[in-house]
Amino acid sequence: MSKQKQSAPGTVQMPARRAFLKAGAAAGGAIAAGAVPGLASATGNPENQAPNVADWSHYLGDGVDAHPYGMPSEHEAHVVRRNVEWLTADTQSSINFTPLHELDGIITPNGLCFERHHGGAAEVDPADYQLMINGLVDKPMIFTMDDLKRFPRVNRIYFLECAANSGMEWRGAQLNGCQFTHGMVHCVMYTGVPLKYILEEAGLKTNAKWLMPEGGDAAGMNRSVPIEKALDDCMIAFKMNGEALRREQGYPARLVVPGWEGNMWVKWIRRIEVGDEPWHAREETSKYTDLLENGKARRFTWEMDCKSVITNPSPQAPLMVKGHNIISGLAWSGRGTVERVDVTLDGGKNWRTARIDGPVLPKALTRFYFEFEWNGEGLLLQSRAIDSTGYIQPTKDELRVARGTNSIYHNNGIQTWHVQASGEVENVEVS
Amino acid sequence: MSRFPESRLVTACVLAAGIVLTAGLAQAGKFGIGHEATSEEVAGWDIDVRPDGQGLPEGSGSVSQGEAIFSERCAVCHGDFAEGVDRWPVLAGGRDTLKSDRPVKTIGSYWPYLSTVFDYINRAMPFGDAQSLEPDEVYAITAFLLYMNDIVTDDQFVLSKENFTTIKMPNEANFIDDDRPDTPTLAKGEPCMSNCKESVEITGRARILDVTPDADEEGGGGID
Repeated sequence: MSKQKQSAPGTVQMPARRAFLKAGAAAGGAIAAGAVPGLASATGNPENQAPNVADWSHYLGDGVDAHPYGMPSEHEAHVVRRNVEWLTADTQSSINFTPLHELDGIITPNGLCFERHHGGAAEVDPADYQLMINGLVDKPMIFTMDDLKRFPRVNRIYFLECAANSGMEWRGAQLNGCQFTHGMVHCVMYTGVPLKYILEEAGLKTNAKWLMPEGGDAAGMNRSVPIEKALDDCMIAFKMNGEALRREQGYPARLVVPGWEGNMWVKWIRRIEVGDEPWHAREETSKYTDLLENGKARRFTWEMDCKSVITNPSPQAPLMVKGHNIISGLAWSGRGTVERVDVTLDGGKNWRTARIDGPVLPKALTRFYFEFEWNGEGLLLQSRAIDSTGYIQPTKDELRVARGTNSIYHNNGIQTWHVQASGEVENVEVS
Repeated sequence: MSRFPESRLVTACVLAAGIVLTAGLAQAGKFGIGHEATSEEVAGWDIDVRPDGQGLPEGSGSVSQGEAIFSERCAVCHGDFAEGVDRWPVLAGGRDTLKSDRPVKTIGSYWPYLSTVFDYINRAMPFGDAQSLEPDEVYAITAFLLYMNDIVTDDQFVLSKENFTTIKMPNEANFIDDDRPDTPTLAKGEPCMSNCKESVEITGRARILDVTPDADEEGGGGID
């Protein structure tokens, strides 16, 4: 796949299962020892390989400033967010998905963080930007961007997961690719102001119990946030991974609600009203409530429960070669840190504890690996995370017993990938 | 013109006072950052409405007025009878479906509070032309939707700020607070590590549906 041509924006094709098969068949040429027939790794152009010397070793490359804002290599053009068109009525009130199977470590590049808009991505001029605080405060206040940047600021790494992540899988395996089953999550370092500093600047009245953050976009996104959370670890962020927020992530400022469902992280935030009761806005009644089998619906289901997924191999990233291989994946918990991740190769008969590498931070993605020898037999891969509260990631069937299949949101069940002898990987469910 | 507010001296005084007052809950103006919002500025943005009626503007609108506005501004997506077009939201009907395999969550079948209808229409609708409706129009559309959901049955009904909170939604009692965790945790023992199952069978495959985006088919469910 290394020779994949760059396509025009919007027409980039994912190297999905069938594309891999075609590529494998077309690759021809020498096949690496241990390679799986039909799914051979791309073997490259011999003219660029030893003992020959490639063009890039003879001729000068681009000078500085050829790309004042650097973009990935053209060979990475397939690494993009993708949407699932049939999910939503249009693209303004829609979602796309982070290509988790192409990423490593715990930080998501800004341009690959999934997008979820309810009224399109607003284009806000930071010179015009204002954040209003009103309601149960001593003094209603307005802060400009310059104002926000004068407050003491902090840097924090947090995951953001849409409550609907994996929501299409409640009734059974549906989408082939962890990008689609689990890609409504990203993790970046935010720079911003602890919300308590901003609230205290307006002065909270003693009966202040709830906040209503409200977006400046055409959806006017509004949610109710309890005051305890707001004063604990919420932030108004204006940077992600060191640079300004991307427009689609709420430029110039968004709310950060660590560990809680992404819908509450109001983007393009223009106002916070302080009140004594929740608002029961559309996004916390009609949506983002969890319908149970008995017809009751849970509301204010804010925390994102402990969850994990194997990102490689997965349907978009098949096993290519027998012998030594690496299972890689992500785990996270909205209630604390990831304590442990177990991996099974046989659908849950036997488990081994995976190796966690990189920072283990509260309410952040955590990277795990499991090295193994693949002899070409079929595998049923799963990962199971345990967090610092002692919560164990449940099976999908355990969730269905507790909730039925109509919940849409908060599906953190254990994912199964079926690795076939061909190296292809399919999203399956097991007994 | 200076970028700095004329109140720099005042700010300095507040900061000095802040040194004394920082213990415990901070005082208003601890950092002296930002400016006080005028009542006019707040009024321009303060559009939210709560279940107890807080935030409702003066005004009223009838079912028939709402029907006319809905037909012109809303029906292209939601249908003349609020039945929904394509994948746009269904707003009426769906009663007694919440326990079924295919629940239809509408204003009448699901939404717990009428204020949510007003608040959402007022802030976000019509889609693509948000905050363009006058209060009387929002009252009228809300009245029409109550009628289409059989929550009011009088086609002469007029919804107003005064009678708004007398309307109760049929599904309000079915919302419960979060009671997770609802699956086993470590408190109930370590997870099994070896010989946990006798056999493992594949019980479902994504390939059967084959709705991944390189196929031309549509799947079930949704994220709404």
